[in-house]
Amino acid sequence: MHLLVCGGTGCRASESAGIEAKLKSELEKRSLDQSVQVISTGCFGFCEKGPIVKVMPDNTFYTQVTPADAETIVAEHVVKGRRVESLIYTDPSSKEKVEESAKMGFYKKQLRIALRNCGFINPENVDEYIARDGYLALGNIITGMKPQEAIEIMKESGLRGRGGAGFPTGLKWDLTARTEADQKYVVCNADEGDPGAFMDRSILEGDPHSVLEAMAICGYCIGSDKGLIYIRAEYPLAIERLKIALSQAREYGLLGNNIMGTEFSFDIELRYGAGAFVCGEETALIHSMEGLRGEPTLKPPFPSESGYNGKPTNVNNVETLANIPVIYLKGAKWFSSIGTEKSKGTKVFALAGKINNVGLIEVPMGTTLREVIFEIGGGIKDGKKFKSVQTGGPSGGCLTEKHLDTPIDFDNLIAAGSMMGSGGMIVMDEDDCMVSMARYYLEFTVEESCGKCAPCRIGNKRLHELLDHICKGNGKLEDLDRLVNMSNVIKDTSLCGLGQSSPNPVLSTINNFKDEYDAHVTDKKCPAGQCRDLMEYFIIEENCVGCTACARVCPVAAITGERKEPHLINPAICIKCGACMEKCKFDAIIIQ
Amino acid sequence: MEKVKSLADLKKISESFKKGIDLREKSSHPDDIVQVKVAMATCGIASGAKETMEYLSSELEKRGIEAIVTQTGCMGYCYAEPTIEVTLPGQNPVVYGEVDIRKADEIIEKYIKTGELVNGIIPQNYETID
Ligand SMILES: Cc1cc2nc3c(=O)[nH]c(=O)nc-3n(C[C@H](O)[C@H](O)[C@H](O)COP(=O)(O)O)c2cc1C
Ligand code: SF4
Repeated sequence: MHLLVCGGTGCRASESAGIEAKLKSELEKRSLDQSVQVISTGCFGFCEKGPIVKVMPDNTFYTQVTPADAETIVAEHVVKGRRVESLIYTDPSSKEKVEESAKMGFYKKQLRIALRNCGFINPENVDEYIARDGYLALGNIITGMKPQEAIEIMKESGLRGRGGAGFPTGLKWDLTARTEADQKYVVCNADEGDPGAFMDRSILEGDPHSVLEAMAICGYCIGSDKGLIYIRAEYPLAIERLKIALSQAREYGLLGNNIMGTEFSFDIELRYGAGAFVCGEETALIHSMEGLRGEPTLKPPFPSESGYNGKPTNVNNVETLANIPVIYLKGAKWFSSIGTEKSKGTKVFALAGKINNVGLIEVPMGTTLREVIFEIGGGIKDGKKFKSVQTGGPSGGCLTEKHLDTPIDFDNLIAAGSMMGSGGMIVMDEDDCMVSMARYYLEFTVEESCGKCAPCRIGNKRLHELLDHICKGNGKLEDLDRLVNMSNVIKDTSLCGLGQSSPNPVLSTINNFKDEYDAHVTDKKCPAGQCRDLMEYFIIEENCVGCTACARVCPVAAITGERKEPHLINPAICIKCGACMEKCKFDAIIIQ
Repeated sequence: MEKVKSLADLKKISESFKKGIDLREKSSHPDDIVQVKVAMATCGIASGAKETMEYLSSELEKRGIEAIVTQTGCMGYCYAEPTIEVTLPGQNPVVYGEVDIRKADEIIEKYIKTGELVNGIIPQNYETID
């Protein structure tokens, strides 16, 4: 028998270490420590009800266990084989006790659809993909369905693009299918430029065939025999796995001429990007593939009318594509039963920042931010306080405590002042300064703007300058109005999505953290203690014994004072390196 | 490789390999061999998954344990890379996190040889559609 004790950071904080020790000592007392082992595990993703103890092999799942309960578990469950009723989880909706974790489907908040094969199959072996019903959807469609029928299924499923804009995939296919042309293209957007996002990379590395199969299905639907994958050269492993997948699919004849003995032919080529964020924008991406500068052009014409080489082109994101084969295998109804009214299915997020379980997660649309951050994510690192979560990368916004119970979907996030974006999710705690955060994102935008249009090229630069002034303590109250006005102008007048969304981090932080901006401009203080220029090192006279240690360590000789007399820091010289504070043994130096 | 010339061909391949993969899922035959999957995406490799995988394959062989070691994609537990999944004959898969060479040795000696679980298990916190 095994007793598994959750050693995830969340449960550790609520004394799981004590439980482990108590279980062990209780077992020893009864000389059971040889036959029953106590094992500490990683996070169960159910931190709200922690600490968790799971008994194997009968899979009993105990929640909110205290060290005092350890004795009961050993005396009752281990010795007498009776479950401890009081510790068994009660389903909040049905009020029923759920004893076995296998039956607690709902405690697993995550549902893997796009990631269904990641971490399960060997991505370099097409047979494993085929054994998971790979290429069966393609086979069924090309042997038994008209393109228009397949497009209807895609529409019914309610799948929306995962690349950021959330455009209905079936509708996009329909538009491209309806444009008459001698040649059409299917393009997979694998540029993934959002800082901190890596879901597309993980899909390509873990399940490349699902993307290839989906592209072929799309080709059949829109009437194209040529696919292109635009992938950044910074993803060498994903590229290698794609190459292996392509050659294996060709060897089987699952790509190439007359696939599975039908009239349908389709093949795919790789195109490499140099890693510019703007090249993820579909028109810029197409120009980059044509060998032109990676600059966006005005839509319309949409790629569905005139895209690669002027031909109708259907651009879809990697994660969007990864959902497609399984939608055809399980049906549009199945897919549309998952998620919210207007956003169907699941979304993959890359959880990062001040969160315990940094990682890749996939949850049904409609899961709340709170569930993602505090249950799956295991809460905030080091027991700090949650401050904000940034979704949507540089185009998104910072949401706060009051948004935590928002069910995540395309429309709710926009209503809250952020967006889904490609699925980056960066969690911030009380030590993060929101003004610096906005400045950081603007720095990225300024760097990545292609410079084609003035509002984005010049406006973002000015926004960044203003934010920099504010962080350095040179901001004025009027600057806040200027930030808002300029942001609105940039949003309204930029050519592409980059400029149209770049002020979002500024606007959302001003909306949600107005007092932090006020503190920077009026009091010249950074409440989070991040903005160096707004900090002042200060010696508390009463605590200083005049040991001269600080004065000796200061690299710029900013500290003066006689031996055995209180010392003084000259703020005009101090470079705020903090060396003195580290050296002081009497806690006499503080930051103000 | 034979070409897949029809939908029936594809289904045939699928069936023949399904048996192999199903073993991994259920492993209902006690005389089966040990299966180890190493998460080898960029995140895993950056944390040393390659070394772990090489160590596991060579050590299992050296110690005379019949096992298949394969690579797979990201399991999502980036905070605990490298991660591996071990399936003993007839048992549910168990995922271990932060498997460096020392941990891998412990897993072979304790879990694989005697079935005794060791610290560092990562409970699967997601459901996957089949
Ligand atoms: C600045 C900018 C960057 C973008 N970057 C990406 C990207 O990296 N990957 C992606 O799939 N879509 C990106 N998009 C969205 C694409 O323009 C396009 O909407 C998407 O690829 C369409 O696929 P979908 O409908 O499957 O989402 C970006 C858009 C903008 C404006
Ligand atoms: S908005 Fe920015 S990135 Fe987009 S076209 Fe204009 S300058 Fe280029």
